[in-house]
Amino acid sequence: MNAIDTFRAETRAWLEANCPESLRGAAASGDLVWGGSQVEFGSEDQRLWFERMRDKNWFCPDWPEAYGGGGLTPEQDAVLQQELKRLKCRPPQINLGIWMLGPVLLEFGTEEQKKRLLTPMTRGEVRWCQGFSEPNAGSDLANIRTSAVDAGDHFVVNGSKIWTSYGDKSDWMYCLVRTDNSSTKKQEGISLVVLDMHAEGVEARPIDLISGKSTFCEVFFDNVKVPKDNLIGPLNGGWTLAKRLLQHERSAMSKFGEFSLPTHFDLMSLLGDYLPQTESASPSDIALRARARAAALDEHAYNLTVQRMGQQARAGQDVSGIAAIMKLVHSEQEKQKFELLVDAMGYRALGWDGEEFSEKEQAISKAWLLSYTQTIAGGSSEVQLNVIAKRVLDLPDAPKGGAK
Amino acid sequence: MSLIYNEEQRMLLDTAQEFFAERSPVSALRAMRDRGDELGFEPDLWQEMTELGWTAIPFPESLGGLEFGYAGMGAVFESAGRHLSASPLLSSIVLCGSVLELGGSEAQQERWLGELISGSKRLALAVDEGPRHNPEQIALSASRNDSGFELNGDKVMVVDGLGADGWIVAARTGDAADAISLFIVPAGAEGVTVTRQNLIDSRNTARLAFNQVQVAPDALIGELDRGTEVLNRALDRGRACIAAELQGACESLFQTTLDYLRTRVQFDVPIGSFQALQHRAAWMHVDLELARSTLMAALEALDAGDAQASQLVSLAKWKVGQMADKVSGEAVQMHGGIGVTDELDVGLYFKRIRVLQALLGDADYHLNRAAPLLEVA
Repeated sequence: MNAIDTFRAETRAWLEANCPESLRGAAASGDLVWGGSQVEFGSEDQRLWFERMRDKNWFCPDWPEAYGGGGLTPEQDAVLQQELKRLKCRPPQINLGIWMLGPVLLEFGTEEQKKRLLTPMTRGEVRWCQGFSEPNAGSDLANIRTSAVDAGDHFVVNGSKIWTSYGDKSDWMYCLVRTDNSSTKKQEGISLVVLDMHAEGVEARPIDLISGKSTFCEVFFDNVKVPKDNLIGPLNGGWTLAKRLLQHERSAMSKFGEFSLPTHFDLMSLLGDYLPQTESASPSDIALRARARAAALDEHAYNLTVQRMGQQARAGQDVSGIAAIMKLVHSEQEKQKFELLVDAMGYRALGWDGEEFSEKEQAISKAWLLSYTQTIAGGSSEVQLNVIAKRVLDLPDAPKGGAK
Repeated sequence: MSLIYNEEQRMLLDTAQEFFAERSPVSALRAMRDRGDELGFEPDLWQEMTELGWTAIPFPESLGGLEFGYAGMGAVFESAGRHLSASPLLSSIVLCGSVLELGGSEAQQERWLGELISGSKRLALAVDEGPRHNPEQIALSASRNDSGFELNGDKVMVVDGLGADGWIVAARTGDAADAISLFIVPAGAEGVTVTRQNLIDSRNTARLAFNQVQVAPDALIGELDRGTEVLNRALDRGRACIAAELQGACESLFQTTLDYLRTRVQFDVPIGSFQALQHRAAWMHVDLELARSTLMAALEALDAGDAQASQLVSLAKWKVGQMADKVSGEAVQMHGGIGVTDELDVGLYFKRIRVLQALLGDADYHLNRAAPLLEVA
C-alpha cells in the first residue's frame, strides 16, 4: 500500500470512529455550529465533533502546522475532503474567517499577522464577519466611503457597513476602508483592515427584511481605533485583496450550501404536492402544470451543466464561460421555482403568522420572500450579466459611466 | 455520464468542421436555392461524406458500420449545422438506417443497409400527417390482402422524400392506439404521388399521397402492429441529431451576431457597448450553455442505452429548440434592418433553425414527452 492509500485508510477509519452518526447528512439551517468566542452547540455530538476535529488540527487541514493547521499536502487534503464527503460529515463549524480571509492572509499577511490571526481560527475561537458593502456601495463596491484616518500608531475608522451576515454575533471583521481620497480612480485608496467587533465605537444592528427577521446587520463605526498592525497587505492596495477574497466567497458558499441553505426546500416535490390532480384540472391548472414542467426541465439542464463544467475542468478545458453563468442561473431558477410554488399554493402561500397557516406554509412564504435576496446578494443578476458580456463575450465597454 | 466529447470525437468534430467549411459553406446553400435546385443537396458532397465513413458511424460492425455512436453523429451534425450544409444524413442514415437496423429482417438489412451506407441508394421516412408532429395519431392505413398490404393516406414533411429510392412509411394496421406497422415502399410503386413542399429552408421536403398502393408481404418491417417501438427509437436518434444541428447553427449565428455588435457603430459607439444589448447577448450565452449540456446528455444516453434515453432526448430537443427560437430571433433583431434582408446569411440561419425546431416535435411536444424525467409529472 502506498503512502496516500495508507493515509486514506487511516483517515476513513478515524472519521468512522469520530464523526457522530447524528452529524452525517444535511442539517436544518439553524443546526450548524458557528465557531467563535460564543460558540453554541445544539447537542453533545456537535460539541464532540467540533473538539475532535479541532484537536486533530483539521479545521484547517491544509494550512501549515506553524499556524495550527493540519499540514496536509494538497493530495492528502483532497483525500480528506473525499472521505468527509463519502461519509456526508457536516462541517464541524462554519467559519468565514477560515474560508475567506484565511487564504488571503496566508498569501498577503506578515508573519506576525499569520501567527496572531490564523492560530485562533484553527482553534475555532474567533467568529469572523465581512465588512464590504455599504449603503452607497453595493454592486459598485469600489464606491466605499468608510474612512480610516492615520493617527500615528493607529487608524481612526468612521462610517458604516451593511449586509454584514451575523455582524451582531461576530468577534472580528475584515473590512474595506478608504485610506486615501486623493485618487481619481475609486479602486485606488482602498485598504483591507481587520478590526475587533468588541472595540469601543462599533455597533451592529440586525436588519429586518421583507421576510422578517434576518441574520444581516448594519454595522456602525464611531471613531473606532484600529492598530496599524491590523492593516492587511499594502496601504491603499486593498482592492486587489478584496477581489481575491471574493474569489474565495464562491467556494465558501458552495461548502455552506452543500449542507444547508436558508431557503432550501425541495421545491419540485413541494410543487408536486400542491399541483392539482389531472382529473380536476381547470385550464389555469393546465397552464400552471406546463410552467412547472418547464421549470423542472430547466433545473435538470442546470444540473447537467454543473456536471459538464466539472468534466471539462478535469479534462483541462477552459470553463470560464460556463462558470460565469452559474450564480446567475441558479439564483434566477430558485426565484422562479418559488414563484411557481406560490402560484400553485394560492393564498396558502401568502400567510404571515397565526394559527390559520401551517408552520410549513409560513416557512414557504418566508423563504419565497427571502428568495429575492438571492438574485441581489453576491453580485446581482445584472452584475453577472455585465461580467458575461465583458469577460466572456468580449463586448466593448460603455463609453462612460455604467457598471464595469 | 460523460457530457463532453472524448478525444476521438473531438478529432471527428474538427475534421467535420473543416470539411463543411470548405466543401459546403453557406454560399453553397444560397446558390442551390437561387437556382431552384429540386434535390436540395449536392450528390457529390453526399458521396464524399460516405467516403469519409460518416454514413457508417452509427451502425454495428456486423452490419458494416463503425460503431462510433451517436456522440460521433452529433459531432458531424453540429458541424453541418454551423455551415447550413445539406445532406440526406438524417433521413437516409439516422432515421431509415435505424429502422432497418432495429427492426429489419436479415434480408431487408442485406438488401438496403449496405447501399444506404455507400450512398448508392437512399430512403426517406414518412411519419407526419398533420401540421404538427404527432406520431401517436397516425391515420394512413395499411390493410392486409392476398398479395400483401394496401396503403391509403397522405404523409407530409417527408425529409428528403423527393428523388428517394424508397420510403419507410408508418401506417395504421389496427384499431389499438399503438397498432402501427412500418413498410418499405420502393420508388415507382403504383399509386404514390410525390409533391415537393417548398419550405423556407429550401431543403428537400415532400408530400406523399398513397392511393391504393400495393406492397408485397416482405415490405413489412418487423412484426405487424408492433412498429411503434422501433419507430420511436429511430425518431429519438433523429431528434438528437436535429438538436445537434440546431446547436451548431445557433453557436455559429451567435458568433456572427457578437461580431456585428462589436463592429456596428451607431451614436458614435459600437452598439455592443449598450447594456440593453449586452444583457440580452449574455442571456443568449446562458441558454447556449444550458442547451449544450442537454444535447450532450441526450447523445450519451443514446450510446449508453440509458433507460431514460427517450426523456433525455426530449429534454434536449425542448431546451435546444427553445434556445434556438430565442437565439435566432435575437440575431435578426440585433442586426436591425439588414437582419431582415435576404442579402445577409442571418436569414438563412433563421429559416433553417425554425424548420429544425418544428421537425420531429417542437418545444411544446417535447416538454410533455420529457416530463417522466421529473418528479412533477
